[in-house]
Amino acid sequence: MQGFASEFNQALSLILQGDAELWAIVLLSLRVSLFAVLISAAIGMPVGAALAVARFPGRRMLIILLNALMGLPPVVVGLLVYLMLSRSGPLGVLELLYTPTAMIIAQVVLVTPIVAALTRQVVEMLAEEYAEQLRSLGVSQMASVPVLLWDARLALMTALLAGFGRAIAEVGAVIIVGGNINHVTRVMTTTIALETSKGNLALALALGAILIGIAIAVNAMVSSLTLRAEREGLRHA
Amino acid sequence: MRDVLTGIPGTLEVRDLAIARKGKALLDVPYLCLDGPGPTLILGPNGAGKSLLLRCLHGLISPDHGRVCQDGIVLNADHKARQGMVFQSPVLLRRSVAANLDFVLKRQSIPRAMRKQRIAALLSEGGLEGKARQSARSLSGGEAQRLAILRALALEPETLFLDEPTSALDPGATQVIERMVLRASAKGVRIVMVTHDIGQARRLASDIVMMQAGRVVEHGAAGQVLDAPESAESRRYLAGGLVT
Ligand SMILES: Nc1ncnc2c1ncn2[C@@H]1O[C@H](COP(=O)(O)OP(=O)(O)OP(=O)(O)O)[C@@H](O)[C@H]1O
Ligand SMILES: [Mg+2]
Repeated sequence: MQGFASEFNQALSLILQGDAELWAIVLLSLRVSLFAVLISAAIGMPVGAALAVARFPGRRMLIILLNALMGLPPVVVGLLVYLMLSRSGPLGVLELLYTPTAMIIAQVVLVTPIVAALTRQVVEMLAEEYAEQLRSLGVSQMASVPVLLWDARLALMTALLAGFGRAIAEVGAVIIVGGNINHVTRVMTTTIALETSKGNLALALALGAILIGIAIAVNAMVSSLTLRAEREGLRHA
Repeated sequence: MRDVLTGIPGTLEVRDLAIARKGKALLDVPYLCLDGPGPTLILGPNGAGKSLLLRCLHGLISPDHGRVCQDGIVLNADHKARQGMVFQSPVLLRRSVAANLDFVLKRQSIPRAMRKQRIAALLSEGGLEGKARQSARSLSGGEAQRLAILRALALEPETLFLDEPTSALDPGATQVIERMVLRASAKGVRIVMVTHDIGQARRLASDIVMMQAGRVVEHGAAGQVLDAPESAESRRYLAGGLVT
């Protein structure tokens, strides 16, 4: 008990005294996951919106597939990205394995389906509601996509935050493709896993506390956005 | 049967229009000619096909049979672009009141400074000054209806379809909307409007279309239809009796 309390005090002083190593890890985590979410947004939102608006054979199947991809096991994603990036893999020449870029790629693979699927859901609901009105105003189906994305902006922010939450808390994929190399690819989750197994609980605890803080902040933003969206008449499915 | 064009732009003609679902005729209009110039009011009980007819006239749905012509030509994209519609339950964009109007003006490539002027003029026309920045979804029912009409007017339409724009409004708000409709009509906009309010029909209509079970049972000058209806259905509807 005595030991735990002192670990806890140490963790607190690490955070409060601005321990350089600790904050470098936190910053790398934030950078990797923010980048991943931005790229996922750039891919996932247009794809999701197109799926919501366009009608083509096989669309239903694609949506089912997309929804299934939301639950991809991170370790499997890590494995697949590892195989792609490893020396003998198709992208081996890029020498990206064990770099932050590799971690970003893995998180993009994890987060893009989430962003695309949630976008599809939100935009499709809105498209149904807007369809006749927009046609009456002379807006073509193609031209309606940016209108719908903009009007769904609050719900889409929620989708991006959900994606960010998943990215930053994920450990299985980044540890495989990042390798948890000190000062290079150590992020919060992988450091917690490593330091805990080494018995360095203070650093693990400090990172854990920060991670929980981030999760709470993300959730607070999600619920305030949801509240605003509901007030403005955008219900979630 | 009137076949000849009257020369007033915006004349709408319907021929052999039919829509059926599951063997039931929802709309069956052999011939109807709306040649204005004053407002046309469409009356009839719930489910008579009034909204469906408006959708056909606006080209939002294509009928199973028949066609809609404007000025003697089958309804085309050009016509539709010069028509505005206020739906029975209007959909406002999830933006500010001003942005809802700006959306329509921007699509007409009107320069920014002019758009601002137009928006201010429209808002004052609808009594929505001071609400420009408010979120459109937070407007009251009557304000939302007025904004929907202003947005349709922002298109500067030749023809304006209105589907029960005052059905949920108090007398004051109804009066504001009726004035807006009359002003538009006086400026030469063809008005085709659905209502359940017989008093409103009397106040606004120059001609009245009476519908029942997908059919036009009577079409004539307002005074004549309201005071001396020819069809039994019209008489019963106007008397407030049950129409079967
Ligand atoms: N897509 C559809 N499929 C099947 N039936 C439909 C469809 N659209 C409309 N109807 C039916 O057509 C009939 C006419 O509908 P419409 O909306 O035109 O009525 P209305 O005269 O506007 O009535 P209200 O006064 O209640 O607005 C109704 O019985 C409705 O249920
Ligand atoms: Mg109706």
